[in-house]
Amino acid sequence: MEMINLTIDHKPVVVRKGTTVLKAASSIGIDIPTLCYMKLDDMNIENKPGGCRVCVVEVKGRKNLAPACCTEATEGMEISTHTIRVVNARRTVVELILSDHPADCLICAKSGNCELQDMAHHLGIRQIHYEGEKSMYREDTSPAIIRDINKCIMCRRCETMCNDVQTVGVLSAINRGFNAVVAPAFEMNLDHSVCTYCGQCVAVCPTGALTEVDQTGAVIRALSDPMKTVIVQTAPAVRAALGEEFGMPAGTLVTGKMVAALRRLGFDYVFDTDFAADLTILEEGTELLNRLSAYIAGDQNVKLPILTSCCPAWVKFFEHSFPELKDIPSTARSPQQMFGSIAKTYFADKIKVKRENLVVVSIMPCLAKKYESSRPEFAVNGNPDVDYALTTRELAHLINLGNIEFKSLPNEEFDAPLGESTGAGVIFGTTGGVIEAAVRTAYELFTGKPLPRVDFEELRGMDGLRKATIDFNGTPINIGIAHGLGNARKLLEDIQAGNSEFHAIEIMSCPGGCIGGGGQPYHHGNAEILKKRQKAIYSEDKNKTLRKSHENPYIKKLYEEFLGAPMSEKAHHLLHTKYFDRS
Amino acid sequence: MPGIKLSEKTIGIIQQVCSDFRNEGSELINVLHQTQGKLGYLPAEVQEVIAKELNISVAKVYGVVTFYSFFTMIPMGEHPISICMGTACYVRGSEQVLAEFKRQLSIEVGQSTPDNKFSLNCLRCVGACGLAPVVMVGDRVYGRVSPQMVKNIISEYKEGCVSEAKSA
Repeated sequence: MEMINLTIDHKPVVVRKGTTVLKAASSIGIDIPTLCYMKLDDMNIENKPGGCRVCVVEVKGRKNLAPACCTEATEGMEISTHTIRVVNARRTVVELILSDHPADCLICAKSGNCELQDMAHHLGIRQIHYEGEKSMYREDTSPAIIRDINKCIMCRRCETMCNDVQTVGVLSAINRGFNAVVAPAFEMNLDHSVCTYCGQCVAVCPTGALTEVDQTGAVIRALSDPMKTVIVQTAPAVRAALGEEFGMPAGTLVTGKMVAALRRLGFDYVFDTDFAADLTILEEGTELLNRLSAYIAGDQNVKLPILTSCCPAWVKFFEHSFPELKDIPSTARSPQQMFGSIAKTYFADKIKVKRENLVVVSIMPCLAKKYESSRPEFAVNGNPDVDYALTTRELAHLINLGNIEFKSLPNEEFDAPLGESTGAGVIFGTTGGVIEAAVRTAYELFTGKPLPRVDFEELRGMDGLRKATIDFNGTPINIGIAHGLGNARKLLEDIQAGNSEFHAIEIMSCPGGCIGGGGQPYHHGNAEILKKRQKAIYSEDKNKTLRKSHENPYIKKLYEEFLGAPMSEKAHHLLHTKYFDRS
Repeated sequence: MPGIKLSEKTIGIIQQVCSDFRNEGSELINVLHQTQGKLGYLPAEVQEVIAKELNISVAKVYGVVTFYSFFTMIPMGEHPISICMGTACYVRGSEQVLAEFKRQLSIEVGQSTPDNKFSLNCLRCVGACGLAPVVMVGDRVYGRVSPQMVKNIISEYKEGCVSEAKSA
């Protein structure tokens, strides 16, 4: 490996050939400010269009300043990162960006979390010396994502996520010069495009150009309506990230405080999506076993592998891109929708509240859940099973609005009966978790024997594509796991070509699974945060007394009192769905 | 999107162009160039077929089409007229030449005449700055064009000297 010697701010540094000046500087603790640049280490994602020019540095002997993010270090280079010339250039660059940016920081959804705002602050910009044309694009609102392109700084991070990582290909830079914007083909609205609403574009947008549809106002109205009973469900990944919004370290589990906060906000019942995750396992696991048993019995028509169907962005992805495979995914609804369906039938009957007076709110790490809850098949006479799906960030906003001092809240317990869950439900929040939960139950139902061990380390991790073979008492079951839609696409292409070796595949749209969802606290490019959230999820699982979905006493009761058995007619009607060809 | 349905024949033409370039996404610009040469323009439906054939996103195709002023999504006239607005042509009076074309044809830049005989566009430098100001009609280049010459250029094509234009 050829090594390169250079100096940065008079400090000598040795790096491998091919290293950028930016990386070389950071290796010796010199921080060069960046704006468009993004690197997510474990996912092998790097966005360096060299577009914003904030990272310019002085290279001795060169006439022009060089962008550190895409200038390769060469032998003998002498770099200065913070000379007056460099700082002035940076200020000019940011002033020019601001000259075509709406100055509405006071009311912007991204205020306080905006990298452009931070940069302007860092550079001490108090005046914009440039006046010129302003972009005047219309706002594009979809069921989950709002595009306000006037706030776009053309960093192209969203394009990288949408094309390179997710391979969805909705967003691209179009037009040129001043008119250049990132938009869907033919500048159509997102809701007419093949957008999956995974929200990874929102997760990386440095400004307020891409944000979620804010439903906190509607939830506040429901909470203040005396006619309404308002209940809430919280997805597993939320508890592993919400604390970050209140300055707690990444990976802090805040389940009990979250429950306490929701109660103080005025929700009548605080329930857990993990309960519905356990329910999902019974339905999906039974479906898997039925297909497997038929396959082992020699049925040639059985559809294998079975694919998980919890992730709404993934569902929309295959409906658009692989409609011919729409019979393969499990027909089980996602936990969010199972919860809504059970809440507005079984639970509404129990507490004697009419469907239209019961409001179901969900707290999700996800933007696609907003879209999912608006799908017409998940409504009865126009009344949706889930009324509002808030993100983790929106919940933090509500908690702040309610003047609740989150960190000093006591730990409280979820309400019964829809708040009880097992460790299997908790791990739905991370990549590999759904299939591990399914294996825990399917193994015992298939073999009739107790699991020798509950933890399946071979299914865990952060690699984008993983596989493992689980021995079902003599029958090897091949399991595939993909997170990130680009990885999912590879598995689907194998299935299409008839080359798939798997019996069951778990797919999550977001890198890391739900812990890295588009509705989570912004990680600002720090992929370590996702690993810490994942660890928190597994530790909650470990601390649960019950760790297999079929052992959840309230799930057993739900089947006894209401549903009958998994895959029964009633279960089919309330807990399963069908998919559409959207190509 | 304004829907026009492509004929089987048109789809066949596009597919042929794509396969001539081994259906490689990296050949997008060449594919667009050839397709526009054959069809005259690149409406949304054509871009969708190209995206599918080259296995790239339609947003990417649209991005390239809108980046280069050469590509057009609206049908060009039988004789597309392009006036160079590059620096050399501009300082030698191409703006006045353009104004005269607009006046004579009663159309704006980016439009076609109602009989679809002429369309009017601007471009940036054809590499013939020595002849500034430069006008192109189809593949034919006219140099040192003055507003007074515009009427004659148009009439060449009005009178049906198409063969001359094509051979040039």
